[in-house]
Amino acid sequence: MDALIAQLQRQFRDYTISLYQQGFLDDQFTELKKLQDDGSPDFVAEVLTLFFEDCVKLISNMARALDKTTGTVDFSQVGASVHQLKGSSSSVGAKRVKALCVSFKEYCEAKNYEGCVRCLQQVDIEYKALKTKLQDMFNLEKQIIQAGGRVPQVDIN
Amino acid sequence: MKNGCGSGSESCLSSMEEELHVLAVDDNLIDRKLLERILKISSCKVTTAENGLRALEYLGLGDPQQTNVMKVNLIITDYCMPGMTGFELLKKVKQESSNLKEVPVVILSSENIPTRINKCLASGAQMFMQKPLKLSDVEKLKCHLLNCRS
Repeated sequence: MDALIAQLQRQFRDYTISLYQQGFLDDQFTELKKLQDDGSPDFVAEVLTLFFEDCVKLISNMARALDKTTGTVDFSQVGASVHQLKGSSSSVGAKRVKALCVSFKEYCEAKNYEGCVRCLQQVDIEYKALKTKLQDMFNLEKQIIQAGGRVPQVDIN
Repeated sequence: MKNGCGSGSESCLSSMEEELHVLAVDDNLIDRKLLERILKISSCKVTTAENGLRALEYLGLGDPQQTNVMKVNLIITDYCMPGMTGFELLKKVKQESSNLKEVPVVILSSENIPTRINKCLASGAQMFMQKPLKLSDVEKLKCHLLNCRS
């Protein structure tokens, strides 16, 4: 059993590090993990669930605001949703999503329709990619715990 | 951010007699949840409000007939909020003739804009801090506040 736990822990460590190296996550995710303890063991998962729900809602708002068939595009409305998503992604350490929001915000301010539409598509792809990656990471955690081990602290630096 | 502690946060916590009660104001649910968690880990009692109006209600400034008024030791508010900004909330608190105006108000913002920072500090904000907030930020803030009190 110990060999299995050690292997799973290694996999978890490598996977987590790769998420940082590939730019999916940044320091703020590390800070988020510090807020989890034995008393609140699901804190990170809870916050991320809220975040992904937020993504769905905000992206839907942006899509509606960018819908030309309903009239002229209200870029300030798009911008308001982008601002919210930028804030949320920054707070959870979703590095790529946040970076996209920065560009998206600039396109909104410039009232650049094509730029906005492109960003909207990218943001949708990006949050879904992050969601899949994090689900894999959480699954590895579960496997370690089920095997009777502890989830290791991963030192990114 | 100034840190008034000499040997570290342990000495500050041991000199604390009662819990700090913090009113945390932010329109973003995730930020509210994070702020609440950070404050609870830092041994604070936390009440959250999702906008300036709700915050004023809790402080007893909303409804003149309100009897259930909370006593808070600290207000932490986001700057960018729809309706009433954190800056407007700050001014309302500082304009009070009651003890409420003595309550320190900390402004949080994701944007580091000098004119914004200066106008908040000039209007009586205790501190201006950048989002996203870390656990260590609140530990330093508490230390600073507790030292200021004595």
